[in-house]
Amino acid sequence: MRYFSLSATRVNTERLLTHNMLQCHVKNCRPNESFPLTIKDPELERTEAEFNPDFMRGLVPKLDWTALRKTAGALGLGDLPAEMPEATDEFLQMLHALVLETRVVSGSMVCDVCHHVFPITNGIPNMLLQADEV
Amino acid sequence: MATRPEHSAPPEIFYGETEAVKYTASTRVTSIQAEMTERALEIMNLPGPSFLLDIGCGSGLSGEILDENEHIWVGLDISSAMLDVALERESEGDLFLQDIGQGMAFRPGSFDGAVSISVIQWLCNADATTHEPRARLKRFFTTLYMALRRGARAVFQFYPEGPHQIDLITTAAHRAGFTGGVVVDYPNSSKARKYYLCLFAGSENVPLPAARTDPLADGMDVDGAPAAVGAGQVRHVERGRQRVLKGKGRAKGLTTAKTRRERILHKKALSRLRGKEGIPLDSKRTGKKRKDRF
Repeated sequence: MRYFSLSATRVNTERLLTHNMLQCHVKNCRPNESFPLTIKDPELERTEAEFNPDFMRGLVPKLDWTALRKTAGALGLGDLPAEMPEATDEFLQMLHALVLETRVVSGSMVCDVCHHVFPITNGIPNMLLQADEV
Repeated sequence: MATRPEHSAPPEIFYGETEAVKYTASTRVTSIQAEMTERALEIMNLPGPSFLLDIGCGSGLSGEILDENEHIWVGLDISSAMLDVALERESEGDLFLQDIGQGMAFRPGSFDGAVSISVIQWLCNADATTHEPRARLKRFFTTLYMALRRGARAVFQFYPEGPHQIDLITTAAHRAGFTGGVVVDYPNSSKARKYYLCLFAGSENVPLPAARTDPLADGMDVDGAPAAVGAGQVRHVERGRQRVLKGKGRAKGLTTAKTRRERILHKKALSRLRGKEGIPLDSKRTGKKRKDRF
């Protein structure tokens, strides 16, 4: 896997796991269609996290594989197979590195349907909406 | 009575840069927050490391406890100053700048549980002309219910201003589909008393955890008279999802009220049931027309 920067300086930034759980919440937007949010101008970072096979096994059914594959491809993190492989230890390790150790430090997330931009500054996505978007 | 922070300013203003640093540096706040987070985790009774949501994570004081218990967490807060402090403290969770009253943007079934320490009483206040506490609570609880896995628990420690706020919050939670109620720890000690709203997503008839009753036995330092030991006060509210008809569905024939007076009394009773304030008292003149001379 290729990373734009490999320094583990900051944590608390958005993990790819959380991105996989996130959808647009603007009023009247169609979250199912816009999911996953497109990450624009990303700056990625890799941080170490402890590998916990039980946690990862519990996580597998919650992930949206198609969306993860799309995001990983768009971010240049390598091609994932079209179908989710068997939950072997090797695969869980790979998944762990991808969703828990990869973090988006800056950039923005854009909804493809309503074109709302959620900017990410200092690794913190700004999810605030205007009063008319609620 | 001490002033409540939510009366002085909206959260994003109140927890500005100075207050955020002060709050996090206070050993008293840190230890109380840690204790309440531990208790919330105990109530949640999680099987192992889980994916949790920390609602109103602030500077990550509660997140630190979640880290210690090896949970992976996502924190939401509306105060960017608090989040900046959280960044400096380098806890593990992801942080989001979010107004929880606007609802959350997570896919259904994402989280194994949610904790929230000293936050939801803020939602009972309207800080902008567009804010309607009831609507904001509704949106918050509905989106939270969706974001949680079926069978997950959400535990909120909060400081209600009075019984009306407990009602307001629990009603909103039950309307959103949650079951559960409020557990009051140390009900007999005014200092140690803590309210925990324990909500269960998608599971019926789960008994509420027992409240703690004796602060001294739990090694707490409580000044004043030692608290009497009594049965913990547990309010268990049944699943209160009422079908409230709106718009076209509310056909005229559905109420039995026939006269003008009956209709008005019915409307007033309904408003009281929904917890609205400022409903005039009923009297023998309710719904009576004035004579048209002036």
